[in-house]
Amino acid sequence: MPETETLVTPDMEERKGVWGDERVSYPVSESDIRKWAIAVYWGETPPRLYWDEEYAKGTRWGGIIAPQDFNPFAWAVPMGAVKPSGAVPGQQTRKGGNVMNGGQADTYGVPMRPGDVITARTRLASWEERTGRNGLTLFTYTETEWRNQNGELVKTRISTGIRY
Amino acid sequence: MAYNVYFEDVELGQEIPVFTRETDFMNWNRYAAVNEEFVYIHMDDEAGKAAGQGAAFGMGNLRWAYILNALRAWIGDEAEVRELSMQFRAVNHKHDTLRTTAIVTDKKQENGENFVVLDVNILNQKDEKTAPGRAVVVLPSRG
Repeated sequence: MPETETLVTPDMEERKGVWGDERVSYPVSESDIRKWAIAVYWGETPPRLYWDEEYAKGTRWGGIIAPQDFNPFAWAVPMGAVKPSGAVPGQQTRKGGNVMNGGQADTYGVPMRPGDVITARTRLASWEERTGRNGLTLFTYTETEWRNQNGELVKTRISTGIRY
Repeated sequence: MAYNVYFEDVELGQEIPVFTRETDFMNWNRYAAVNEEFVYIHMDDEAGKAAGQGAAFGMGNLRWAYILNALRAWIGDEAEVRELSMQFRAVNHKHDTLRTTAIVTDKKQENGENFVVLDVNILNQKDEKTAPGRAVVVLPSRG
């Protein structure tokens, strides 16, 4: 099989620097926040700030806020592509079909709260290819911006995606 | 307690308390459920092996959460984490015991705010540094 020369696709060239369509979350609920907090603190009771409205009212936030890594875009309908991401059991993975999260850099604005509706926009900022322990590897850098229903900035993120 | 630490009390080189977890599917499946992150490499050993990682492995974003948890516990409920960046350089294998590290590297006051900068990482039971990064928190002043 000939060696793959690049993992950069024409679609990537087309999308570079262009903001994609906005996504709008369902309203954040107290229950979503509580379940998130339980998951990321599994093994101990999460801080009251994330699930006890009476306690949270007494803080500077005036009520429950979400952990800063909370994702209000999980479990949206209609469902997107059902194609699995990354390696699949029992199948040969094609070059570039392995997908990993390389990391991210966030800057946080206002916290997310119950009732918030978050709007996100994303663009492919840049990429680079290197040859590493898994052969030719593509690093993509994607910029995301989240705002709440008042237009306040919730966070910006630069994500590093790895394909090999 | 709303505030645990004040800007004036923080010293360069100071290490903040550790957040630690032994991780396996109990942690990963719960995280998958809330983040809708049902990816074979995090669920199936065969897929993890096919990806060159030996077996199923944990989500980078759960380690991200562990750093935020450590920072939140240190600063208290009312202070702010303003920035966090991390690189997921090594994977989180099943039954790894992970622990956070966060060391103060800088303090500065700008535009009326009190910033503390920390080098952060997630170490496993072999003391391998799996996810180096940097955090900036905003703390209250005693003044």
